[in-house]
Amino acid sequence: MEKLINEFSFGLFFWQLLIFVGLIFLLKKFAWKPILDAVNERETYIKEALSSAEKARKEMETLNKENQGIIKKARAEKEALLKEAQQTSSRIVDDAKRQAKEAADKIIRQAHETIEGEKRSAIIELKGKVADISVEMAEKILKSELDNKEKQSKFVQTLLKETNI
Amino acid sequence: MVKSITIKLIILVGLINSYNAFSNVLEKDKDELEKEIKEYINHHVLDSYDFNLLSYTKDDGAKVYVGVPLPVLLWDKGLVVFSSSKLNHGKSIVQVGENYYKLYHNKIYKTDSSGTIFYDKNNHVANKSPVDFSMTKGVVSILLVSILMFVLFRNLAVSYKKNKMMASGIGRFFEPIVLYIRDEIAIPNIGQKKYKKYMSFLLTVFFFIWFCNIIGLTPLGINVTGNIAVTFCLALLTFIITTVSGTKDYWKHIFWMPGMPLPMKIIMAPIELLGVFIKPFTLMIRLYANISAGHIVMMTLISMIFIFRNLIGSSLSFMLAFFISIIEILVALLQAYIFTILSALYFGFAVEEHDH
Repeated sequence: MEKLINEFSFGLFFWQLLIFVGLIFLLKKFAWKPILDAVNERETYIKEALSSAEKARKEMETLNKENQGIIKKARAEKEALLKEAQQTSSRIVDDAKRQAKEAADKIIRQAHETIEGEKRSAIIELKGKVADISVEMAEKILKSELDNKEKQSKFVQTLLKETNI
Repeated sequence: MVKSITIKLIILVGLINSYNAFSNVLEKDKDELEKEIKEYINHHVLDSYDFNLLSYTKDDGAKVYVGVPLPVLLWDKGLVVFSSSKLNHGKSIVQVGENYYKLYHNKIYKTDSSGTIFYDKNNHVANKSPVDFSMTKGVVSILLVSILMFVLFRNLAVSYKKNKMMASGIGRFFEPIVLYIRDEIAIPNIGQKKYKKYMSFLLTVFFFIWFCNIIGLTPLGINVTGNIAVTFCLALLTFIITTVSGTKDYWKHIFWMPGMPLPMKIIMAPIELLGVFIKPFTLMIRLYANISAGHIVMMTLISMIFIFRNLIGSSLSFMLAFFISIIEILVALLQAYIFTILSALYFGFAVEEHDH
């Protein structure tokens, strides 16, 4: 302790105090204040820039979401439209088919009816003709056959045979 | 290029310095050598009136000092100024007017024309000592560090304006340290609200101690922060700032600790009051002891090279000195940090607001 007190030099203490306090005030005015101010300013600037970037990002996100929604909606609309169009077209085709079928059916039916009518009248006519021809033939055959007795009885016999009682 | 040459020159001068300091004593016997080394180290740790870079002994035995003499300023019923070269390292008596002055054991005493030194019963010097305001080596070093700091940080401050809020140049290296002191030392210890008032002191004291410690490690042989007067001044400033900024709460906690039984309050008051003085006192002693111890250890290890005077011992001492000097670089920063953070802590105590 005595050594410490012995070593203590008042002159050095005086100069140190003077220079150091002077240095504090000089540096405060010309260095620390501008440095800390600049750093503070930079920090607030960075903070603001970051927050505004964050805000922009959020905005972008909502915009994106909106866009997505719009696209989704548009896609759904498109699909609905397409579906409707398909339905309409298939309905039209179906209708057309049905109408065509109906018309065809009608024509076919009419044709059938005509054919049937023609057929019937043809059959009737044919029947009349066949009766006439067969009567005529029978007349001729009978005329030629019934000239002799033997042939008559033979004929009767065959008739009898054919007819089962 | 010029820079690197300057650095090489400084290193060369340092090497010659440490070499010459001991080379002239190689031929002397060991006891005398050890005594001389002890004296040399003791002398180095103290302040000096000249800025000496190296000294050597000529063949005819005359000691030659290479360095710059500094002005000696004394207050002896009026200002007395003369060059320290006149003191001639204690060998000459300086006459100014009717007064005679002599350097004896690193202190200037008033004496007579023959330079007699009187002793009292305890073998102390009884001569009168004038008030000494000399621009010693320490004062010059303090001035140089202050100028360096001012130029450096003024440059940093200006570079913000020039460079759109970004630091440029060498200040860029110090900006993170300034921010560290603000964010890790000042704000956590003092508080967001009040830290700004103390920033100038904390920053100045940190860089001042750090730079002084670092130039103390160069071979220039400067020892500023290892001087009790300097650390006393720094601690005194911490003490004054703490005392001045102490709030009502702070003093209440010292003299009448709330929330304690009455007898405890009475016991605590003197202890707490003592603490007010012990805190800056430890700051002073810690810095002084660490730095001067570092210098003494470094110089001892270097001198051991010359005491051993053989390959193994000397190279071992060299290795030790090398590693200790690396540790000293760390200690230089650490001591500056500790001084700053403890000052901040004491300021924090002084301005703390308690809610009871």
